[in-house]
Amino acid sequence: MDWLTTVDHKKIGILYLIAGGFFFGIGGIEAILIRLQLIKPMNDFVSAQVFNELITMHGTTMIFLGVMPVIFALMNAVIPLQIGARDVAFPFLNSLGFWTFLFGGVLLNLSWVMGGAPDAGWTAYTPLSSSTYSDSHGVDFYTIGLQIAGLGTLIGGINFLVTIITMRAPGMSYMRMPMFTWASFITSAMILFAFPAITVGLVLLSFDRILDANFFDVAAGGSPVLWQHIFWIFGHPEVYILILPAFGIISDVIPTFSRKRLFGYSSMVFATILIAFLGFMVWAHHMFTTGLGPVANALFSIATMLIAVPTGIKIFNWLFTMWGGQISFPTANLFAVGFIPTFVMGGVTGVMLASAPADYQYHDTYFVVAHFHYVIVGGLVFGLLSGLHYWWPKMFGRMLSEPIGKWTFWTFAIGFHLTFFVQHFLGLLGMQRRIVSYLPNQNFDTLNLISTIGALLMGVGILLFLYNIIITSKKPKNAKADPWEDGRTLEWSIPSPPPEYNFKQTPLVRGIDALWKEKMSGNKGMTPAEPVGSIHMPSPSILPFIMSLGLFIAGLGFMFSREGFNNSFMSFIFNNYLVLIVGLLITFGAMITRSLIDDPGYHIEPEDQEEEEKA
Amino acid sequence: MTSAHAEHVNGELPHEPEKATLEGRNKTLGFWLFLGGEAVLFGTLFATFLALRNSNNDGPTAAELFSLPITAIATAILLVSSLTSVFAIQAMHRHDLQKLKVWLIVTVALGLAFLGLEIYEFYEYVAHESFGLTTSAFSSAFYTLVGFHGAHVAFGVVWIGLLIAQLYRKGLTVVTAPKVYVSAMYWHFIDVVWVFIFSVVYLLGKVG
Repeated sequence: MDWLTTVDHKKIGILYLIAGGFFFGIGGIEAILIRLQLIKPMNDFVSAQVFNELITMHGTTMIFLGVMPVIFALMNAVIPLQIGARDVAFPFLNSLGFWTFLFGGVLLNLSWVMGGAPDAGWTAYTPLSSSTYSDSHGVDFYTIGLQIAGLGTLIGGINFLVTIITMRAPGMSYMRMPMFTWASFITSAMILFAFPAITVGLVLLSFDRILDANFFDVAAGGSPVLWQHIFWIFGHPEVYILILPAFGIISDVIPTFSRKRLFGYSSMVFATILIAFLGFMVWAHHMFTTGLGPVANALFSIATMLIAVPTGIKIFNWLFTMWGGQISFPTANLFAVGFIPTFVMGGVTGVMLASAPADYQYHDTYFVVAHFHYVIVGGLVFGLLSGLHYWWPKMFGRMLSEPIGKWTFWTFAIGFHLTFFVQHFLGLLGMQRRIVSYLPNQNFDTLNLISTIGALLMGVGILLFLYNIIITSKKPKNAKADPWEDGRTLEWSIPSPPPEYNFKQTPLVRGIDALWKEKMSGNKGMTPAEPVGSIHMPSPSILPFIMSLGLFIAGLGFMFSREGFNNSFMSFIFNNYLVLIVGLLITFGAMITRSLIDDPGYHIEPEDQEEEEKA
Repeated sequence: MTSAHAEHVNGELPHEPEKATLEGRNKTLGFWLFLGGEAVLFGTLFATFLALRNSNNDGPTAAELFSLPITAIATAILLVSSLTSVFAIQAMHRHDLQKLKVWLIVTVALGLAFLGLEIYEFYEYVAHESFGLTTSAFSSAFYTLVGFHGAHVAFGVVWIGLLIAQLYRKGLTVVTAPKVYVSAMYWHFIDVVWVFIFSVVYLLGKVG
């Protein structure tokens, strides 16, 4: 119950981690099933329909329900600590964001047991996703589940933006913020401007499917290319929304384990901003083959290649940070250093794909699959695993086992390259993506076998990580405040895990890498910026849970509003929009309750703070 | 997070009560950002409408449908309601609770009048022009864009209505003031969106 009502950002971070980890597991199982189907030519392990559902759900789950929440988990756990804040700006909304994400994700995955998962690819291209070609409820689960989950992301983005703008500790100027906070800040801004576009796209697609509107129906004057524009004006920024936090993690981990400050801090900040800006300018490079014409293709091609410049700046800055540093290699740093070459490889194939004429060859082959997995797995997942190993003691007060961590890294990294490196060649040889099987003796057989073995090895790596978490959770909570002993940023100046109010006294920040600066001046910890006093905290609330539950019910009601049920009661409540109305009433009722009852919160007095410190 | 919160509630009300607490300032900033997202939302809807506005699929065209006098009246009503919400905020800054409530009620009434006109307009199209959501790509885009705006107006009416009830119960405090301020921002925003709808949908549809 405590977990259902919590508004504490650290607990919400843990909730995001558990839920995101769960969906990540589902997405991983889907990936393994896909690879098992492709292990040999003409395999009939799964049917073509199930294969379509698997690839759709693998992409959708991993991006929206797997990695996004884990990113949010780290942001929630770390950002307020890094900027010296007691909480986020809107603790209630923070909780609401989590629950809408969870209920949206659950709704999406219910499709597996309620008559068929979405089967139109994670991009849901029209007309394939129209009710003509996808006549189960699968794509309805996609549009409505993602709509509800996306609401949570948008709320989270706004929350982090305001938190970072208004709640930084004294002295924490923008150009002193740790890079993970900077990256999250920019990411949140991108979320704010990218997600409303997909909101509209999903509304239009649901209207087409459920209310027979004609946005994407050519026969009635609609345009399928319109869907692609709307999808990618969101979708391309989305891939930078995913990768920028990973850049931030790497930029915090590498200096810590090199015992050097980040090389070129300000160029890192501006490179991040530039990447975000360019990320919005390149969406049509996903559409070179739709026939936009040579001028549009050339412009989007060049804009895309430009992104290599700020990204290159970052890569060299990480290398220069390590240059001459006293480098140590705990698991967190293994993943961080392992990230650099894998991400560079993904970036290089990105420049290849950005060349419009060449893209006509690569289009819809495994070369594309290899490229984006190098970026998203080799980049983002490496970054997340680095960040999780790095901040685990801060989040849970327990150190993960290093030997198992090293096994995790090597099995995962080797499995990753086995899986995806060969896919470049599969693509160049002409193997198409999204196809359930292939004929023997086209030079695809061996490479696919290698790829599947690699995928299984990656699975072993993830299982090792899970095993590590399980045995660690049985150890005593004895992590030190600064367990790596070279912590540079504010989160390492308070106990692990932090008390409910984070900072007993708001710290005074006197430079970049605030804690390191104090250490180098011979101080034991941060200098406080305020006297010890009573700390005001917001009260827990069940309302976010209820609001999200209402949306979940309303979503189901809308989805089945045209369904022909055998049961007359079911027909009555669904076909008359009663379920939809009840769901919305629950949500709005909870909103009204929230607005009418003021939350006075409660105070933690200095005596209780002493007690918590001793415990 | 809001250590200043409790103390201010019972103390003297400052000139700009919506900015008196960190919570209030956060709310205003967060709402500005939210409106940024809303701008993208409506931008996408406008883009969709512009792409599909001539795809009328043998159904009625914009020039046949629209009647500028009605939409001009609706525009005038909504613009005036923005002005009355400014009066409400000015009354709030003078700590004149009575005037604040009155101007908010006027704003809500104008919002309801606007909605009434819009419902009448939609009813006429559906009943007499056989122009429904499913008629053409143009009709889908029209109802979605204008309907989204209408839903925003309806939401604003309910929201400000509830705020008026709160003002009656709790009066003007540093807790209620940011809510009123933010709802006024929202109201201006949907007014601005309507100006674009009037130009892009109705004027362009009639003469463009």
